[in-house]
Amino acid sequence: MNTEKNIKTLIVKKPLILDCGKTIKDFPIAYETYGSLNSNKDNAILVFHALTGDQFVTGINPITNKEGWWSYAVGPDKAIDTNKYFVICSNVIGGCMGSYGPSHKDPDQKIFGTNFPVITINDMVNAQYNLLDHFGIDKLFSITGGSMGGMQVLQFISNFPDKSKTVVPIATTSSHSAQNIAFNELGRQAITADSNWKDGNYASNDTNPGKGLAVARMAAHITYLSKKGLQEKFGRKLQEREDLKFGFDADFQIESYLRYQGSVFVDRFDANSYLYITRAMDYFDLAKQFNGNLSEAFINTNAKFFIISFTSDWLYPTQENKDIVIALNSIGADVGFVEIESDKGHDSFLLDVPDFLSALKNFLDKSYEEN
Amino acid sequence: MKNEFQVIADLIEKDKKVLDVGCADGTLMKFLKDNKNINIRGLEISKEKVQECIAKGLTVIEGNAEKDLKQFPDKSFDYVVLSQTLQAFLNPELVLDELLRVGKKAIVTIPNFGYWKVRFHLLFKGTMPITKTLPDEWYNTPNLHMCTIKDFFHFVKSKDIKIFKSLALNNLNSSIINESNLGVKNLFADLGIFLIEK
Repeated sequence: MNTEKNIKTLIVKKPLILDCGKTIKDFPIAYETYGSLNSNKDNAILVFHALTGDQFVTGINPITNKEGWWSYAVGPDKAIDTNKYFVICSNVIGGCMGSYGPSHKDPDQKIFGTNFPVITINDMVNAQYNLLDHFGIDKLFSITGGSMGGMQVLQFISNFPDKSKTVVPIATTSSHSAQNIAFNELGRQAITADSNWKDGNYASNDTNPGKGLAVARMAAHITYLSKKGLQEKFGRKLQEREDLKFGFDADFQIESYLRYQGSVFVDRFDANSYLYITRAMDYFDLAKQFNGNLSEAFINTNAKFFIISFTSDWLYPTQENKDIVIALNSIGADVGFVEIESDKGHDSFLLDVPDFLSALKNFLDKSYEEN
Repeated sequence: MKNEFQVIADLIEKDKKVLDVGCADGTLMKFLKDNKNINIRGLEISKEKVQECIAKGLTVIEGNAEKDLKQFPDKSFDYVVLSQTLQAFLNPELVLDELLRVGKKAIVTIPNFGYWKVRFHLLFKGTMPITKTLPDEWYNTPNLHMCTIKDFFHFVKSKDIKIFKSLALNNLNSSIINESNLGVKNLFADLGIFLIEK
């Protein structure tokens, strides 16, 4: 699936003890960088990607030949201005864009499949922390990311409280809700119900559970959009036909759109990675790590927080983002918060939403000026 | 910057921690941050105003004072400022209690309904008063609980809230309000500024 030559990797020699109890070492982390690190090494921003993202944040992704997942936000003169900042992003462990994951081989040269250890958000950020040493960065200027990226942001600053000056979690949560877990379970069931999944050993059986993975993606994609957004974009419009066909083809544009989203997704994503990463999200409960007191997660940091949510995001709704604000306020942390008006649903953070992009830019640039 | 903000700023010592409730575009916050090295936070309900604050590099939380003050711990700010907004809340008494819980001290300013121009307007025109500090029509005003300087003075006393300083503002002049000149100040000031503590 990967064209190795376009992927930069850091081999982490240091053993990493995972939450599941297993230890991994000599494992690869695939990363990409944008902009340049200044001589003081104080302009670095670590970006964390969401469930199906990867290290190719902006510009053309050399593997998929499509625009990077955060091209609206990251680039020269954009909200995260690569003329000014050094942006680092890495593929999460468990992923399928070069970082250690279920499509890799175990020490016996057998593809892991579901024998890969179950990883957590905590494991992901502990693995990515090695990038700071790699680049000789003592303190990042900022860490940011949306959705699962936001969870990593929260976990990172909790684990490494003095390693970032600013912290920008976007459209996220400190604890995966029952509804979130339910949607992820739906996706996993779709994958494992595909007879080509073969208990996760599809690679050695030369099959691919593409149908199951596509359904998982279709279901998830609906949760990223809002009812209003869907209605305005598709309504009941028909797909290249004058009238209903009284069959089960894609009569409606929304059906065709979802089928397309499912089909392009399977070309770039590994089914087992989807299982592992959704599991990591489901296991995420930062408050639980601190005996139910979320504030304790941030008690040791002096970082400046800025939290952003979106009005039409029902997957990680404003209230769940505000819970993080409340936890920070209750310990007197420096925290700002804004809810952006948008009808583009959870996906708003990935799209051209000017109020969001200007808030992000203003926060970063003004904070950087105060450096 | 309006004179009211200058008077408020003069009440706050350097290097303090301050929460500006209903901070609008952050003008006062910016002044306090730049001139008095204040560790300043804002709470603002309008998304547009929040964006303006962010553009000024200010730490602001989008929220509603009636619901969102409760997340701040007791006495977590040296001062909490509430400028000309108390009368716009559904429950001003509750908000006042919250200001005094969150702040060691609170600075509250109120547009004075006892101002002679307001009285004059109602008396002779017979319509709801419109002045510089009360610019809206009766049907679109955000103000639900108008009061006079005298009302507020008595209200605060009745709640055993300590008044450190109360000032009457009329255009560019500010003067001390006390028990003995309350009637006069209530007539000639269009704004009252109170530094209080509980």
